[in-house]
Amino acid sequence: MSAKHVLIADDEANIVISLEFLMKREGHRVSVARDGNAALEAIRRERPDLVLLDVMMPGKSGFEVCQAVRADEALAGVKILMLSAKGRDTDLAKGNALGADAYMTKPFSTRELADKVREMLGRS
Amino acid sequence: MHTLPLAWVLGASIAYLALLFTVASWADRRAASGRSVIGNPWVYTLSIGVYCTAWTYFGSVGRAASSGLWFLPIYLGPTLAMLLAWSLLRKMVRIAHTQRITSIADFVASRYGKSRALAVLVTLIALVGILPYVALQLKAIASGLTVLTGTHGAAGAPWWQDSTLAIALLLAGFTIAFGTRHLDASERHEGMVAAIALESVVKLLAFLAIGAFVAWGMFEGPADVFARAAADPALAPLLRLTGSTGGDARFAGGQWFALTLLAALSLLFLPRQFQVMVVELVDERHLRRASWAFPLYLLLINLFVLPIALGGLLHFGRGAADPETFVLSLPLSQGASWFALLAFVGGLSAATGMVIVEAIAVSTMVCNDLVMPWVLRARPGRDLSRWPLPVRRAVIVLLLLLGYLYFRIAGEAYALVSIGLISFAAVAQFAPALIGGMYWKGATRAGALAGLLAGFALWTWTLLLPSIAKSGWLPQGFLADGPFGIALLRPEQLFGLAGLDNLTHALLWSLLANIGLFVAVSLARAPSAREMRQALRFVDVFHHEGQGAAPGHMRWHATDPLAELRQLAARFLGADAAARMFADYAQRSGAGRVERIEPDAQLVRHVETQLAGAIGSASAHAVVATVVEEESLGPADLLRMLDEASQVRALNRQLEGLDRLKDDFISSVTHELRTPLTSIRAFAELMRDDPDMPAEQRQEFIGLVVAETERLSRLVNQVLDMAKMEAGHGQWRREAVDLRELIEHALQTTSELFRERGAIVTVQQPDQVPSLMADRDRLLQVLINLLSNAAKFVPKGSGRVLVTLSTDAKGATIEVQDNGPGVPPEQQQLVFEKFRQGGDASNRPQGTGLGLPISRKIVEHFGGRMWLKSAPGQGACFGFELPWMHETPGDPS
Repeated sequence: MSAKHVLIADDEANIVISLEFLMKREGHRVSVARDGNAALEAIRRERPDLVLLDVMMPGKSGFEVCQAVRADEALAGVKILMLSAKGRDTDLAKGNALGADAYMTKPFSTRELADKVREMLGRS
Repeated sequence: MHTLPLAWVLGASIAYLALLFTVASWADRRAASGRSVIGNPWVYTLSIGVYCTAWTYFGSVGRAASSGLWFLPIYLGPTLAMLLAWSLLRKMVRIAHTQRITSIADFVASRYGKSRALAVLVTLIALVGILPYVALQLKAIASGLTVLTGTHGAAGAPWWQDSTLAIALLLAGFTIAFGTRHLDASERHEGMVAAIALESVVKLLAFLAIGAFVAWGMFEGPADVFARAAADPALAPLLRLTGSTGGDARFAGGQWFALTLLAALSLLFLPRQFQVMVVELVDERHLRRASWAFPLYLLLINLFVLPIALGGLLHFGRGAADPETFVLSLPLSQGASWFALLAFVGGLSAATGMVIVEAIAVSTMVCNDLVMPWVLRARPGRDLSRWPLPVRRAVIVLLLLLGYLYFRIAGEAYALVSIGLISFAAVAQFAPALIGGMYWKGATRAGALAGLLAGFALWTWTLLLPSIAKSGWLPQGFLADGPFGIALLRPEQLFGLAGLDNLTHALLWSLLANIGLFVAVSLARAPSAREMRQALRFVDVFHHEGQGAAPGHMRWHATDPLAELRQLAARFLGADAAARMFADYAQRSGAGRVERIEPDAQLVRHVETQLAGAIGSASAHAVVATVVEEESLGPADLLRMLDEASQVRALNRQLEGLDRLKDDFISSVTHELRTPLTSIRAFAELMRDDPDMPAEQRQEFIGLVVAETERLSRLVNQVLDMAKMEAGHGQWRREAVDLRELIEHALQTTSELFRERGAIVTVQQPDQVPSLMADRDRLLQVLINLLSNAAKFVPKGSGRVLVTLSTDAKGATIEVQDNGPGVPPEQQQLVFEKFRQGGDASNRPQGTGLGLPISRKIVEHFGGRMWLKSAPGQGACFGFELPWMHETPGDPS
């Protein structure tokens, strides 16, 4: 499996550090966005294979980013895994309705996250 | 002696009743068109005058003629009650209005957890207890009629020729026409009140007129009457305060006290007094006027009692004429028939007023608390809205017939006043449960039931049965030797207690047993949660106003509670009234349409109080309970109960699950807690899964875990801080705070932060600053928060922070100015809100989003305010001012 490109979109510095380390250890290429607008720009610019998208971000929320990505046919190949510290059923439903490919709640298990990412990237 | 033709007397009487009826209809029409005539303290005061009945009019003169000043305690008691127990009356009124109480039975039942058993008991006591009083009115009118017309229609004749029976039926008919035209009992009887007020004026003027006629027409003024009486050895003792029987020369203080107390209690607890004073009261402020104006009324109506009594005795001689009808016989003896007719109308007025109000009050109680509960069980599911009115009418007829029966049985043996006192003693039994319930939270339903039952039983044994026995309806030996010859049980010397008049004797035993059992049984068991809730609503009625219990959680029996409640209301109020009520509620609750009403606790309470107006609170509670399970206690109720330290145990269970934090706050906190947890878990797992991780990498991760853990602790502390402050349970000290020292301390604490950041801090402050009254540690917390915020946002290496302290006459101001990026205008409003952090993401790990909101709360607690001034590119300036002294709520000082 060739190296895939993963974009990490989160405004929490330490969470970014841990995700970055994890994804690199998994052998992925990693870039980072610190808010919603930067995330959307990076997705349009870099066309990552997968986005780890935090829901609560300044600028644009993860939901808004997700919606914008799904509205853009050119970005159809981008997988989205939403991460949220809210973890309510309604959030999960909302994420799925907006076209997210998967949804995980914080705090997450790094193993499960790595497995999930591997599975999502493997399917394509 | 002159007499008047019966037809004239009847004509005048009927004309007078017609006048009262016209006034009542007029007042009702005015009320319907929104121009009430009874919203006036004088009308209210006069309506309380219903206390003065035929007893006052005929009986007092009789009493004065036989025992002098002994007629007085009956008026002294109410006078003292109005002047001294004014606050008790005000509390009673406030409770009755907030709880939508419709009768005295309702009041007692509602206080003890809406107990049906108590409602029934109080109703029975009121019904039985009041019969002698009704009989008194019938007897007075009957004997007045006899004197006036010279005919003899009283007790001797067979019942179908008895004019007293005719009078009773006439009064019943009149009362029905008067008071039971429409339903909702808590809808006030404006017409009745207006008529009663007029009736009070008529009887007062008539009595004063007769008094003046006797004093100045037959003698040379009151002084002349008293002088002549004093000169007569047979009459002189009447002017002294000796025992009521006349033989004893000592002042019988105990008996005076008993009578005064009895009359005071009667003013408050007679069903008709409760009706006019509490239920019909329009405006609480009217009580203030009544508290002195009603005693004045009593004084006026008693002014000529002695002159008339003594004048009659001087004129006719002792024993020649019945003193109870002196007001009629004296004018007749002078040939002033018209004056006698006026006096009779005055007396009739006094009697009808009493009968009308008493019958309406008692019929409401009997209907709501005895009949309707039975109908409910017997005819489940039917439309019951047409039941209450016919039931009330039937009860009114029954009451007057029973009154007539008592008159036939016991009316001859007793004087008017003695008959009335039997009723007073019955009503006095309400006092422990009622007054105790208004001031003692520990009083329980079982205590009230036990006390009332014992008091009522002893009253029956020591007063009611003897009154019947003395008229020859029971064997004579019953009184003299006791039942079955058991001397200890002799009704008038119970357990060998002799030497007291029968009334004081009965009162002593019945109240002793009543109060004793009420207190002892109440103490034996702690009140249930339901009793406690009502206890707090009654006892603390003035503390918790406007704090209507927050909607509790409802559990429904019904699948469609709204529909069932609507059906229920229609059954009792009628379809139209129920529809109006729900439409009204929909408007007020903001639902708009009836179908969209939220079926919550508030709705249930609303329906219950509306039904209470029609069928009484105990019945309403039982009915609503068929749709909804017992209303669980709302947070407000629980907090009230928490004030009662002794009750905490019983309530612990119900406290569980009570969530005092708001939902959105919890959700924010959850999010904020999960964020550092996410980092901590991720780093820990990464290290666990990678044993070969380079040492520097591992070290960095461990450092981050520690930092996140610190952030988590800080967050937990601040969340608790915030929650305490929001709930008003923060610990606040008040001490003299030296602001210069405070700034120095804060700078010391934050010096490491500034040093790391390479920032320079300068301070501008006066050399001398007065100390300020506040909590030093809290202010330090505020200052450190502002300084560490500044440290976070100043540019690395070139940071400049300026702290200024300035003072004026009102207080002190501290500002912290930095040279960071400043706060964009659109964020300036948000920084003081919970979990809204400013700045860019790189600063996040240190912040919790609660520092500024907490700081502002602290400043505001001490009467100050906090602000942010910031223009783009010119840094941010956070500042606060505090007054030198501020009275803070809830301070231990």
